Amino acid sequence: MPDSSATGLHAEAHDPALLHHFAEPQQQRDAASLGMWVFLATEVMFFGGLFLAYLVYRLKYFGDFGAASKTLDVRLGATNTAVLICSSLTVVLAVWAAQTARRTLLIGSLGLTMILGLVFLGIKGVEYNDKFVEHHVPGASFSFEKVPIPGHPRQYSDPRHAQLFFSLYFVMTGLHALHMIIGLGIFLWLLTMAWKGRFTPEWHTPVEIGGLYWHFVDIIWIYLFPLLYLIDRHP
Amino acid sequence: MSEHSKSSPLPTYFVVFLALLVGTALTVYASGLDLARFNAAVALTIASIKATLVALFFMHIKGASEKLTKLVVIGALFFLLLLLGLTMTDYATRLWS
Amino acid sequence: MPTPMPQPDGRENYLNKHYGVWSWLLTTDHKRIALLYLISITFFFFIGGFFALLIRLELLTPAGDLVQADTYNKLFSMHGIVMIFFFLVPSIPAVLGNFLVPLMIGAKDLAFPRINLLSWYLYIIGGALMVHCMLTGGVDTGWTFYAPFSTNFSNTKVVEAGIAVFIAGFSSILTGLNFVVTIHRMRAPGMTWSRLPLFIWAHYATSIIQLLGTPVLAITLTLVAAERALHLGIFDPKLGGDPILFQHLFWFYSHPAVYIMILPAMGVVTEIIACFSRKRIFGYSFVAFSSIAIAVFGFLVWAHHMFVAGTSVYAALVFSLLSYAVAVPSAIKVFNWTATLYKGSIHYDAPMLYAFGFLGLFTIGGLTGLFLAALGIDVHVTDTYFVVAHFHYIMVGGAVMGYLGGMHFWWPKISGKLYPEGWARLAALIVFIGFNLTFFPQFLLGYLGMPRRYYDYSHMPEFQVLNVLSTAGATVLGVGYLLPMIYFLWSMRYGKPASDNPWNAAGLEWQTASPPTTFNFEQEPVVTWEAYNYDELDAPHNDAPHSEEVPVAR
Repeated sequence: MPDSSATGLHAEAHDPALLHHFAEPQQQRDAASLGMWVFLATEVMFFGGLFLAYLVYRLKYFGDFGAASKTLDVRLGATNTAVLICSSLTVVLAVWAAQTARRTLLIGSLGLTMILGLVFLGIKGVEYNDKFVEHHVPGASFSFEKVPIPGHPRQYSDPRHAQLFFSLYFVMTGLHALHMIIGLGIFLWLLTMAWKGRFTPEWHTPVEIGGLYWHFVDIIWIYLFPLLYLIDRHP
Repeated sequence: MSEHSKSSPLPTYFVVFLALLVGTALTVYASGLDLARFNAAVALTIASIKATLVALFFMHIKGASEKLTKLVVIGALFFLLLLLGLTMTDYATRLWS
Repeated sequence: MPTPMPQPDGRENYLNKHYGVWSWLLTTDHKRIALLYLISITFFFFIGGFFALLIRLELLTPAGDLVQADTYNKLFSMHGIVMIFFFLVPSIPAVLGNFLVPLMIGAKDLAFPRINLLSWYLYIIGGALMVHCMLTGGVDTGWTFYAPFSTNFSNTKVVEAGIAVFIAGFSSILTGLNFVVTIHRMRAPGMTWSRLPLFIWAHYATSIIQLLGTPVLAITLTLVAAERALHLGIFDPKLGGDPILFQHLFWFYSHPAVYIMILPAMGVVTEIIACFSRKRIFGYSFVAFSSIAIAVFGFLVWAHHMFVAGTSVYAALVFSLLSYAVAVPSAIKVFNWTATLYKGSIHYDAPMLYAFGFLGLFTIGGLTGLFLAALGIDVHVTDTYFVVAHFHYIMVGGAVMGYLGGMHFWWPKISGKLYPEGWARLAALIVFIGFNLTFFPQFLLGYLGMPRRYYDYSHMPEFQVLNVLSTAGATVLGVGYLLPMIYFLWSMRYGKPASDNPWNAAGLEWQTASPPTTFNFEQEPVVTWEAYNYDELDAPHNDAPHSEEVPVAR
């Protein structure tokens, strides 16, 4: 809520970054922050539908999902998790750099975040290629060999349900990767602005809310990794 | 959001960062143990702790005076759980009759 | 308080401040964006109405003799998709909400004006894609896109329609986001939550639903498109998938969506009833919190659309019970409106006629919803015209009447002109008669067993009479809808100029010019009074004319 003493149309010292329909910079910052958090809430529900599908089918076809999950490379998945965690660190460093007017650190952190994002996507690409080569991409050429289900002698995993797993795998990680790509676009824009020296300790809102988006994408992966890669890994 | 305590937040960031990496390693290790139905619970618990750390410390909920932000986050999680939980009233009871 | 009759248009306002197509297409003024939406949704209303006309023409005779079966499937599908996603969902929020939310809270604009413009462009892009889809083959899955027909068997442009709806949905999400942030952060000094007009509470509740529900529709349509285009079979029974999972995901949005469509209309009706009873709304807190309750409870009941789909009967029991609960906050509103009318000083201007129509028709629609919530009855009447009548009573008898009432009420503010009151009352009456003639027979048809989505009922020729009545009603209704379009346009050129507050209504929007300037207020308002202060507005010590002599066109 704006200060009740502000009855004029413009703030006294007119901050060039202050948009005309706001009474003061703090109101503008609070609006931007609330806007991004509300948007992230919508993203929770967007991914939520996929988590529902995953929940329903995993409970129904646990053995088959386990067998399918085992064909994913845990080392690559864990590496990617670590990559994203590092990138979240570089993001908070970027925000701190903007707050404390450290331009070089800001540019470096933003750039490093982008590099880590590209590493993530690169590893993802390798994984997708592996799946393509193994014929685990759902569709006409899908093929999954029946493996015995541990603890259930004479029962074999059902390739049809494995195809369900991989459908979910590709949609969930694909959607996540799409959000990463959008995030890279956002950070490229932030990097450009930082390079031009547009961020100050008084105004660096885009860095903060861009950071919020990036952390959210990280959190989604924090859940995707155990759910997709670690269903049934014990001997 | 531009006001922070006088001391540097950097040590906190690095501690959280290490905790996140440890959590990841722990998740992978725990998945190799045979905990039957608790494997999933352990994995999701660790994931939730990691997510909470990111949200509280990296996304600056902790220390933010904004009750509204917390309300938004809790609201989103509530509706997600609603989606999952109420749908499961169908799937969990399909075989009852 | 009512201002003296104004001089003819000389003042600068948001309409005449800038001229030229680009000043409109690149505007960030919420009022201009509201008008952009007004034109667009009217266009889609015509398209949806055109499909309705063809449906009703086909049903004049029992035989399927106007169109082929596949064509008929496309007709009702596109009627539903266009009317729901491209007319009803945006209607009040994007037109009246966009225009009034900043004015009512004393702000200069919404929190994110450029995102507001983006919302409109997304709507237009989604709409253009939908028009292209309709012109190049259409879609025949029903607006409900059920799998596995939509994913595996339909030969129509399902993916394109899905993408169009997805994009329009994103527009809806951004509008909701804008409203929530605006209402939290941009209220004028003194405008506390308990002084907000209930129109604002209604739009806040609507925005919550838009934000939390629409993304689930988005992911559902994405999965349908993925299954169709990329063979990523999530709902495919051949792979062990469950088509009912599609229904869970679809209805998780689509049930709250009906509250997106009705809550804003309830907000409009509240404002109108208060003004034309000259009374503060009875039970302000109850009405405010019932809006939030409807938004939350609305998310708990979706599977009542799936009682005969094959879910577990225990889940059906749970959802049936919850569906009874969701009727309570709506009923609370009806009681509060009624109590407001009691001993009020009632004025029968056109907006009030629409509000009265809303009260009766929404009540009927809501009560028949309770019939449907009962499992036993639902098994009998589901997928019949009973359901069709039920939701048209709410969506047309409720939401559209609310929209028309709101357009009339705020037309002087939006355009600076008065519409012709005599014609408006006539149109309201025609709409009411036409509506009931169209849809009441459908309750009977459904109860007697006529299935919905059938183009041929020649095995039940006794239904023809009721169908003919319904089609006749639809024609009358169409006339009723055309009249306001004509006289609103007429009034922009020839209507009497409106004063700042022709209704002597409460609310900050009436404290500024008609039409407002681009930045809404000369000075930022400071609010020191409660909402609906009609006792102050009508107090006799005012030297302004008494409320009965409020200057309106007759």
